[in-house]
Amino acid sequence: MAPQSAVSVRNVSKKYNDVEALRDLSLEFPRGQLTSLLGPSGCGKTTLLKIIAGLIPANSGEVEVNGIRVEGPGPDRAFVFQDFALLPWANVMRNVGFGLELRGIAKSEREAIAEKYISNVGLAGFERSFPHELSGGMRQRVGLARALAVDAQVLLLDEPFSAVDEQNRRKFQEDMLTLVQEERKTFIFVTHSIEEAVYVSDQIAVLLPRPSRVSEVIRPTSFRNKDAANIRRDPEYLDIVDRIWASLRNYVE
Amino acid sequence: MTVFGIRLPGMSSLILWALLWEVVGHAGLTFFIPPLSEVFTTLFNVIGTPVFLKALSETGYAFAGGVLAAIVIGIPVGILMGKNRLIDEMLLPWVNIFLSAPLTALVPVLMVLFGFGMTSIIITTGLFAIWIIILNARAGVMQINRSMIEMARSFGATPLEAFFKIYFWAALPEILGGVRIGVIRAVKGVIIGQLLISIVGFGALFELYSSNFLMSHFWAVLIVLFALAFSISEFLAYLERRVAYYAAKR
Amino acid sequence: MPRRSLILKLLSALIVFGAWEIAGRIPVSFAFPTFLESMQSLIVMTVDGTIFQAYAETLKPLVIGITISAFFGIGIGLWTGLSARFDWLFSPVFIVMQAAPLAALIPLLVMAYGIGLTSKVFVVCIMAMPVIVLNTSSAVRNTPASIKEMATSFLASDRDLILKIIIPAASPVIFSGLRLGISAGFIGAILAELKITPTGVGDIISYSRSIADYPSMYAAIFSIIALAVVFLNLLERLETFLFAGNNRGYASD
Repeated sequence: MAPQSAVSVRNVSKKYNDVEALRDLSLEFPRGQLTSLLGPSGCGKTTLLKIIAGLIPANSGEVEVNGIRVEGPGPDRAFVFQDFALLPWANVMRNVGFGLELRGIAKSEREAIAEKYISNVGLAGFERSFPHELSGGMRQRVGLARALAVDAQVLLLDEPFSAVDEQNRRKFQEDMLTLVQEERKTFIFVTHSIEEAVYVSDQIAVLLPRPSRVSEVIRPTSFRNKDAANIRRDPEYLDIVDRIWASLRNYVE
Repeated sequence: MTVFGIRLPGMSSLILWALLWEVVGHAGLTFFIPPLSEVFTTLFNVIGTPVFLKALSETGYAFAGGVLAAIVIGIPVGILMGKNRLIDEMLLPWVNIFLSAPLTALVPVLMVLFGFGMTSIIITTGLFAIWIIILNARAGVMQINRSMIEMARSFGATPLEAFFKIYFWAALPEILGGVRIGVIRAVKGVIIGQLLISIVGFGALFELYSSNFLMSHFWAVLIVLFALAFSISEFLAYLERRVAYYAAKR
Repeated sequence: MPRRSLILKLLSALIVFGAWEIAGRIPVSFAFPTFLESMQSLIVMTVDGTIFQAYAETLKPLVIGITISAFFGIGIGLWTGLSARFDWLFSPVFIVMQAAPLAALIPLLVMAYGIGLTSKVFVVCIMAMPVIVLNTSSAVRNTPASIKEMATSFLASDRDLILKIIIPAASPVIFSGLRLGISAGFIGAILAELKITPTGVGDIISYSRSIADYPSMYAAIFSIIALAVVFLNLLERLETFLFAGNNRGYASD
């Protein structure tokens, strides 16, 4: 049986003027696991993520996090942005501690927390660097550390690796697996890469576009506990990748 | 802004300001601000008079002369600077200096060299406009994609063909942008020139009205002038938007 | 090669000043002194202190006018940038002011405020203010949406959003608006001295012209242009130094 839900999305609809982005979408996100929202571009996956984040309101339906209805951004969720959204005028230390700064946590305390997460994501020694001095991959590590630092139960990641080069991306994906294991948090991960979704997820929700709906939810069983290096050779991994491609290929222009 | 669900057009608040002007004018708070309606009545009386038309045509002449000279000299110089590094390095510091220099200080020099007449005003106008035109044409040429020039050459374009079919068109959005800012500066230049050499055009008219305390005449001329300046700048902005579609996608 | 660029700059200065010297020696006009004559009078004026007295006089309306314009210009700009209502109300006025030849208001200002300092300060203000207002408000409006969204998702209050995101993000453009305002202010200050009453540098120019002391006249003009150019150049360097990297550091670069 599926574990208890940390986030529940029930009958959510969203319209932008006359364009229907989401129609009556429902989805459960199990606690402590990573769920991917996968689909072609324009299928509303980022919209759904931002509704969960409380950044944009839904037209109807509701989102609950730990049984509490979402009315806006809250301390129980932290967002990782596709374009990193770092403050260009602030160094890595201040960027990572920014979420804590906004919560009014004293400077010495937040710097101690920030320092810990900076070294956790492998950026020790770059505390005083500025975003423009870092590579794309390093910038996203800053974005990740910032989200981890506020210690929210739910992490929302909006195509976090799409602006990162291929090698860094692979490293990130491996790191994600360890992170899910260690942090005991609920991850919601938007991506358009089938391989990436299957590689990192406990649960994959395949979304179809116009209007967006959940076409299927896949839960890989056999390779999740395997060593990271062997996943891509697992028959089930390859099967799931093929199956998802077969259902999505009709929607690719 | 929206009021009761209706989107108000961008410049509609000017109507509100006009009403405020009218009220202030009627309240008689100051002699210097007559009611707007009075200004407009004067405007319609003044606009056909020979004095006004003479000022307008003199100003238009000086403006057109200055702008034309700035464009005819400015664009080729800018393109040349963009193409040739030596010329660029020799001229760029001067262009930058004159771009930010307070050119009003040069008007007295022009007055002693070229007399208190039209020539000085035309040169002032040209000087206000030319530097930004040069700089933009240069920037336009410098950003041209190398592969576009190589494409033209690989298909056998002669240098002259490359100049007219590639350089000019590829740099056109920047060139037009420069001309637009140059023209706005020229409007200011022609007025500054006429104020300092106040025997022709609107400069003379302002002198006449202010020495006779004809407030509504003064404002009427100002409104015509501001409206003309604004229309010119909006028209050029419109032209620029027409070519902007490919400025973004080169 | 910095050497090459420096040599070329010196060479081009030599050519221009050389041409001035030759043109003055021919002479092209009785009112065209040579370069060396003009520099000689500049030295004379510097040694006897005339030039310093003149600048003290000239810079007074400029400094007062710029201070007023900066204070109100940035204030109004922030206000119109943040509030759609004030944008609707005030922006058109400044857009028209920016396009219009405001110098034409000078005769009116003289009638209303006389020929003293007040009128001159006003001239500087009307020249400098529009560009400061328009730059500030467009900088505020163009704060990258993604960092605003980031701050919202990490629970920034409206005050945090303005003080920690919008103002720092807008400051480079505000600063360059200030620089353009000062440049326009110089034009206004000199125009005021030439048109309203000859004081300061304007007095040297007018007086030496009336007694046909052309070298002094050229020297005064040369010095005010040089002063403005050097000052604005320093401001531009300060700008690059202060805001290095502020416009970079986003995913798009």
